[in-house]
Amino acid sequence: MDLYKKEILDHYKNPRNFGKIKTEAKSTHGENPSCGDSINMDIVFKQGRIENIKFSGDGCAIAIAAASMLTEKVKGMKIVDVADIGFQDIQKLLGVEVSHSRKNCAILALNVLRKMVLQELKQQK
Amino acid sequence: MLDPKIRDDFPILSLEVNGKPLVYFDNAATSQKPQAVIDKLVEYYETSNANIHRGIHYLSEKATEGYEESKKKVARFINAKSYKEIIYTRNATESINLVAYTLGLSSLSKGDLVISTEMEHHSNIIPWQIIKKHKKIDVEFVPVRDDYTLDIDEYKKLLQRKPKLVTFVHASNVLGTINPAKEITRLAHKAGAFVLIDGAQSVPHMKIDVEDIDCDFLAFSSHKMCGPTGIGVLYGKQEILEELDPFMGGGDMINHVTYEESTWNKLPWKFEAGTPNIADAVAFGATVDYLEKIGMRDIEKHERELVSYALDKMKKVKGLEIFGQDDRVESRGGMVAFTLKYAHPHDVAQLLDEEGIAVRSGHHCAQPLHEKFKKSTTSRASFYLYNTKEEVDKMIAALDRVVELFHS
Ligand SMILES: Cc1ncc(COP(=O)(O)O)c(C=O)c1O
Repeated sequence: MDLYKKEILDHYKNPRNFGKIKTEAKSTHGENPSCGDSINMDIVFKQGRIENIKFSGDGCAIAIAAASMLTEKVKGMKIVDVADIGFQDIQKLLGVEVSHSRKNCAILALNVLRKMVLQELKQQK
Repeated sequence: MLDPKIRDDFPILSLEVNGKPLVYFDNAATSQKPQAVIDKLVEYYETSNANIHRGIHYLSEKATEGYEESKKKVARFINAKSYKEIIYTRNATESINLVAYTLGLSSLSKGDLVISTEMEHHSNIIPWQIIKKHKKIDVEFVPVRDDYTLDIDEYKKLLQRKPKLVTFVHASNVLGTINPAKEITRLAHKAGAFVLIDGAQSVPHMKIDVEDIDCDFLAFSSHKMCGPTGIGVLYGKQEILEELDPFMGGGDMINHVTYEESTWNKLPWKFEAGTPNIADAVAFGATVDYLEKIGMRDIEKHERELVSYALDKMKKVKGLEIFGQDDRVESRGGMVAFTLKYAHPHDVAQLLDEEGIAVRSGHHCAQPLHEKFKKSTTSRASFYLYNTKEEVDKMIAALDRVVELFHS
């Protein structure tokens, strides 16, 4: 039951930053077609930082907990730093080693976030 | 119930997984293999290996004999008239594709109708989408009703449009529904259509008689019925197969070849280009012997008792919802797809795996069916002749623990 530590279950049952941002947030969607996990992310970028971030969607404990922990981590961060976050960092957040078969669950939110951040960086240039 | 001593025939069943005895409930994906089949495979390579049909030396004759013997056994197993009606492919998927690429490409033309159903495995959806693109045919799907059976009234309406082909899954790999194959076939024939049945989940689990059902084609896979991977079967009525063009071209499927054109070999070889999967075919013959020794009717009875036991217990797990029929055990296959209110199917599969229990989570290659019923994915426990009530009890206990972990 290593994968299902208390913190992970807590973030799954009570995800942080869950919901939608009604103002002029940017929004992107991502999914893992094979398992049906899907995540939507709303972000307000301001002065090179993530001012506000929320996510919504449906997925397994790993996907939802990773999304919840990730949004907590990046809220307020500089966009350039966010672009450096990788799978290793997600494993660190979750506090467990994620097996190959669950990697896609763990990085779903990160993939959505990266897509948005890279787009934002491109637009700034 | 079958004698649990059967389990000793399957070496893999004595494995431990994550420190627990393996409980293998993923039989709808593929089944485990008895020692007799494994031995046959080894014996073939040790004593008979050679290419077939092309040599007059001792080994080639022995290999050819083993290959043809296997087909004769399969013909008898499903009550086909002759081994000429048994074509070997790689799997049920290839068997369905064979019909699509021969009958579909040569006999269907723009505006022709193919009737399928809403409970098909992807393997009986995609080939027809491909043919649709090539030949501009129409494909209609018989709806699945809320009780998880096919809407036969809608089917009859579709038949008024004079379809060229009716193709349907005999036993659903998700819902457990067993469709009335004989009746669907009779109605299709009356409307002048060919009938192709996907028997991937029925042939392994019940006695199938193609003469009685009267279907024109039947597709199934060796690996789901205790046999090796890499062998699929397409049964086809001889008079129809005679009329069809070949599937693939190459060695063995020809009679006479010139640079300009060629003539085709006799059945069933016309449909088997190149060196076939001889070793697995020979071992598949031994598989049929094994299943016949146990008896298909007893296997069916065993699974029915097990699934009815499992359904009763599963219904009592908090927040568990069954996707499929839960009361018609008399017309139901031995698998149960389900969701838990509090845990995602992925997490269910992972937590059961930690207890040595193998179930599958996903859309089970039936994504449109899941979407129709507004489910993204489900977990599925599927049984076979070697599974026991004690194993079901273990799964129930594990599910209770999952609920506790996620609900508390
Ligand atoms: C109903 C049904 N049809 C077809 C198939 C395809 O079988 P195979 O992958 O052996 O070709 C399966 C297997 O998953 C199945 O369950």
